[in-house]
Amino acid sequence: MTMDTRTAEHVQQARLRLVVVGNGMAGMRTVEELLQLAPERYDITVFGAEPHPNYNRILLSPVLAGEKSFDEIVINGLDWYATHGIKLHLNRTVVKIDRARRVVIADDGSAHAYDRVLVATGSTPFVPPIPGHNLPGVLAYRAIEDTDAMIEAARRYRHAVVIGGGLLGLEAANGLKQRGMDVTVVHLADWLMERQLDDVAAGLLQQTLESRGIAFRTRCQTSALVAGESGRVAAVRFADGETIPADLVVMAVGIRPHTALAEASGLACHRGILVSDTMQTYDPRIYAVGECVSHRGIAYGLVAPLYEQARVCANHLAALGYGRYAGSVTSTKLKVTGVDVFSAGDHLGAAGTETIVLHDAKGSVYKKLVLKDDRIVGGVLVGDTADGGWYFQMLREQQSVAQWRHRLLLGRAGCMPEAAGAGSDVTALPDTTEICGCNGVCKGMIVKTIAERKLATLDDVRKYTKASSSCGSCMGQVEALLAAAVGGAYKPANAARKPVCACTEHTHEEVRATIREQKLLSIPETMEFLDWKTPDGCPTCRPALNYYLLSTWPHEVMDDPQSRIVNERVHANIQKDGTYSVIPRMYGGTTTPDQLRRIADVADKYKIPAVKVTGGQRIDLLGVKKEDLPRVWADLDMPSGYAYAKALRTVKTCVGSEWCRFGVQDSTNLGIDLEHAFDRMWTPHKVKLAVSGCPRNCAESGIKDVGIIGVESGWEIHVAGNGGIRTEVAQLLCKVKTRDEVLEYAGAFLQLYREEARYLDRTVHWVKRVGLDYVKLRVVDDAPGRRALHARLLDAVSRQQEPWAERQQGEGAREFAPIVP
Amino acid sequence: MSAVVIHVHDASAVREAWVDIGPLDVIARRGSRVVRSPRHGDVAVFRTADDRVFALLDRCPHKGGPLSQGIVFGDKVACPLHGWTIGLADGEAGAPDHGCAPRFEARVEAGRVMVKL
Repeated sequence: MTMDTRTAEHVQQARLRLVVVGNGMAGMRTVEELLQLAPERYDITVFGAEPHPNYNRILLSPVLAGEKSFDEIVINGLDWYATHGIKLHLNRTVVKIDRARRVVIADDGSAHAYDRVLVATGSTPFVPPIPGHNLPGVLAYRAIEDTDAMIEAARRYRHAVVIGGGLLGLEAANGLKQRGMDVTVVHLADWLMERQLDDVAAGLLQQTLESRGIAFRTRCQTSALVAGESGRVAAVRFADGETIPADLVVMAVGIRPHTALAEASGLACHRGILVSDTMQTYDPRIYAVGECVSHRGIAYGLVAPLYEQARVCANHLAALGYGRYAGSVTSTKLKVTGVDVFSAGDHLGAAGTETIVLHDAKGSVYKKLVLKDDRIVGGVLVGDTADGGWYFQMLREQQSVAQWRHRLLLGRAGCMPEAAGAGSDVTALPDTTEICGCNGVCKGMIVKTIAERKLATLDDVRKYTKASSSCGSCMGQVEALLAAAVGGAYKPANAARKPVCACTEHTHEEVRATIREQKLLSIPETMEFLDWKTPDGCPTCRPALNYYLLSTWPHEVMDDPQSRIVNERVHANIQKDGTYSVIPRMYGGTTTPDQLRRIADVADKYKIPAVKVTGGQRIDLLGVKKEDLPRVWADLDMPSGYAYAKALRTVKTCVGSEWCRFGVQDSTNLGIDLEHAFDRMWTPHKVKLAVSGCPRNCAESGIKDVGIIGVESGWEIHVAGNGGIRTEVAQLLCKVKTRDEVLEYAGAFLQLYREEARYLDRTVHWVKRVGLDYVKLRVVDDAPGRRALHARLLDAVSRQQEPWAERQQGEGAREFAPIVP
Repeated sequence: MSAVVIHVHDASAVREAWVDIGPLDVIARRGSRVVRSPRHGDVAVFRTADDRVFALLDRCPHKGGPLSQGIVFGDKVACPLHGWTIGLADGEAGAPDHGCAPRFEARVEAGRVMVKL
C-alpha cells in the first residue's frame, strides 16, 4: 500500500470491500484476526467452494477414525458469519479476479467489486495420472466429502489401499482400519514419512502400525488401478505385475498449491502464489495466505505457519502495517491416537552435525536429536514425544544445550529435575488444581478462558488469565493446556525472533546492537531510528531502552526518570499500601553502633511502623511515606542499598577467617570490597553476591548471581545461581588465587552480563541461553578481554552519583512532595 | 519541607471549582504529581509527552495502587503495583481488566495547570 492510497482511505468514510476467496482455515483465521483489529474497516464477502461453514481440516482424521463428529470440528458456524455481517457464498467458486475493473467473478457469472482481495484457495491433492485414477472408488483425502465417502466405503467394502505413506496417508490408513477395513499402504520411497523421519524411526512406526493390522508395501510403484465388473475399482496393480484387491483407493501422495485462480488473474505464481513478507501478491490489493502461497520459496502445508501468516495478513489489512512474516520453522506430529511421532528441522543430520540417539526397539521408543555447535537443529521422536515441544522450543530459540548434552535425551525432567511436573499430564488434573501459584489461577479457569476467547498463544493466555505471567515456572503446564485445547493451531511462544514488546518488531539484541552501532543517545532517538510503532513506547520497552542506552553509553546518556518503574525513580521500594521501604547499604553485612543508633532514631522520628532484618544482612525500614523519604535519607546519612533496583543488591558474607575457627579466607572483607567496587551498577535485573570463607558456605554462595567460596588455595568463583522461584545452583566459573583476581573476574562476568543479557534476564537465564562455555571463553580464557570488561565496568560505575544524597534537595526532591493547593 | 496538611473543610460543603496547581512544568513530561484535595483525597495529575494534562483519583481500581507513581505512555498510565493500564482521559482500565478510576477535569490555561476539584 502506498502512502497516497492510505491517506485517501483515511478520508473516505465508507467501508472498504474485502472479498475473501476460500472459506478454509487460513482465510477465516485471517478474517477472525482482522475483526479483532479493525471490525469496522471492511464489508467482508466470503466465497467457499465447499457447501459447509468453515471447519478444521486437520481434524478430519479423528472424524474418519470415529473419534470426533463433523459438528465438533466446525470452527465458525453460519451464525458467526451473520453476527459479523459477513456475506457468505457457499458452494460458489470464484473463476476470475478482474484486476483492471477490480471485480471478482463467480462461477454463476455474478461480479463483486472489491478494494482488497484475500486469496486463500488452499491446496488440491495431487493425483498421479496412472490408468484408472478416475474410477469410482478412487478418491483423494482432502475434504469432509472425502471423509464421508471413506466412512461409507468402510461400511460396504473390505479392501482399502492407501497410496502414499506420508502423514496424511497414514492417518487415512489408521482411520480406515479403525472403521474395520483391511488396509494396505503403498509407498514409493524407501520408508514411511521420508520427509519427516529417518529409516529407523520409520521402521518403528511401521512396526507399530503393523501390530494394529495395517499392511505396508514400501519401495512399491503402482502401475494401474483396475476396474471390476461393476465399473468400480477392484484391484491395484504394481510395477512388478502383482495385483492386490482394492474396493477403495485413497490417493495421498501429496498436495499442490491451488493457484488456478491466481494464474488466471495474472498473478505471479511459482509452486504457489508468490507473496511478500506482508502476504501481498504482485498486485498489492490482493493478499494471499495459506497452502496456496509460496513465501520465500516455501509453500507450507501445516497449520501453525498458516496462522502466523494469517496474523500478519490481518494486521496489514487493518492498516496497522507493522507485522512481517519471515517464514516458519515447522514441526510435525502424527495425529494417530496411540502412535506418537514427532519430527522437526534437519532430522537426517547434514554434514557438520552430530546426532544423539536413544533406541529401544523392544519398548518401541526412538529418540534422535541432531545438534550443531551444541544447538538442536532437528530431531525425531517415536513412542515418547512428551518432550517434543521443549526440544522444538530450544531449536527455535537456538538455545545452547551444552550444559545438559549428556542428559538431553532424558527430556526436560532429566535436564531440569526441578521443573519436573511441568509436563504433559496436566490435562489429566482436576479443574480445581492451581496451575499458577503467583496469580492464583486454577486449571479450569485457564481451559475455560482459552475456549471462550479462542486464545491461541501463550501471551494471550497470560493477558486474559494472568497465568504464567509472573514467574513463568508454570509456563510448561499452561502451554500444555493450550496445546491440548487448540491442537495444531497452537503456536509456541518464545520464538527465535521475540520482539521487545508490541511497540516494535525488533528483538532485544537488534535494539542493543543498533544503539551501539548508530551511537543512539536517547529514547526518542532510538524509537525514531528503529521505527517504533507507538509515539512513546510502553512500560515494557521504555525501561529496557533506558537501560540499554545507559549501559552502552554511560557517559553520554542522560537517565530518563520517566522511563523507570517507580522504585528506581524514587529510589525506594513501593509496598502494597503505597508506602515505601528503605534499606541503607551495610557493606558486606557489617554495621556500627552509630549507624544502628541513627536507624533507631529515624524509625522513632518518622513513626516507621516496621523494622526488619532482611535476608541480605541489612535492615529494612517498612511503611515510610513518600513525602518523608528525602528526610529519612538525610537523617540516616547512609548510602542507598539499592534494594529496589535492577542493580547490585547485597553482598552476603560469613564472618570468615578473622573470627571463625573453620574459616580459611577473609570473606567479610572481600565482600565489603566487592560491594564497594560494584555499588551503583545498573544491570538487566537484580544482582546478588555472596562470599563464604570456607566450603561450608554459610553465606549461601551456591545460589547467588556471583558466589565466592574461599578454599585453602584461594577462591572459587561460582556464577548464575538463583535462590528465587526456581532454585538454580550456581556453576563453577573458575578458581583464582587472590582478592584482586576475584574482583577482576567477577567484574568482567558482571560487565559481560550488563552488555549482552536481555533486559530482565537474571544471570541464570542469560547463561542458560549463551552457555557457560561462552562465558568462560570471554571471562576466563581471554585475559585482555577480561581486563577490558572489568575496566569498562569500573568506568561506568565511577560516574554514578549516590542517589539518596542527590535527591534530598533541588529538582530531585520535588517529586516527593504533594501539591497542596 | 515540613508540609503540614490540615483538613479544615467539610467535604460536602465544598463546591467544585477550578484549582490552580502551578505552572505546567511542575509536572515532568510523561510524569505526574499528587495534588492533595481536602475533598477527594489524593488526586494524580498527569502530563503526557505532548503536554496534555489529565487528572484521576490516585487509586487504581484494582487494588488501590497510586497511579501517580506509574509509567505514563501515550494517554495511558500503568499502575505501579500490578501493571493495570488506565486510560488517562476516561479512567477506564484497558482490556482484559475491568474497572474505572474517577476522573477530574483538567486543562492548561495560560501555561498553568488547572484541575476542577
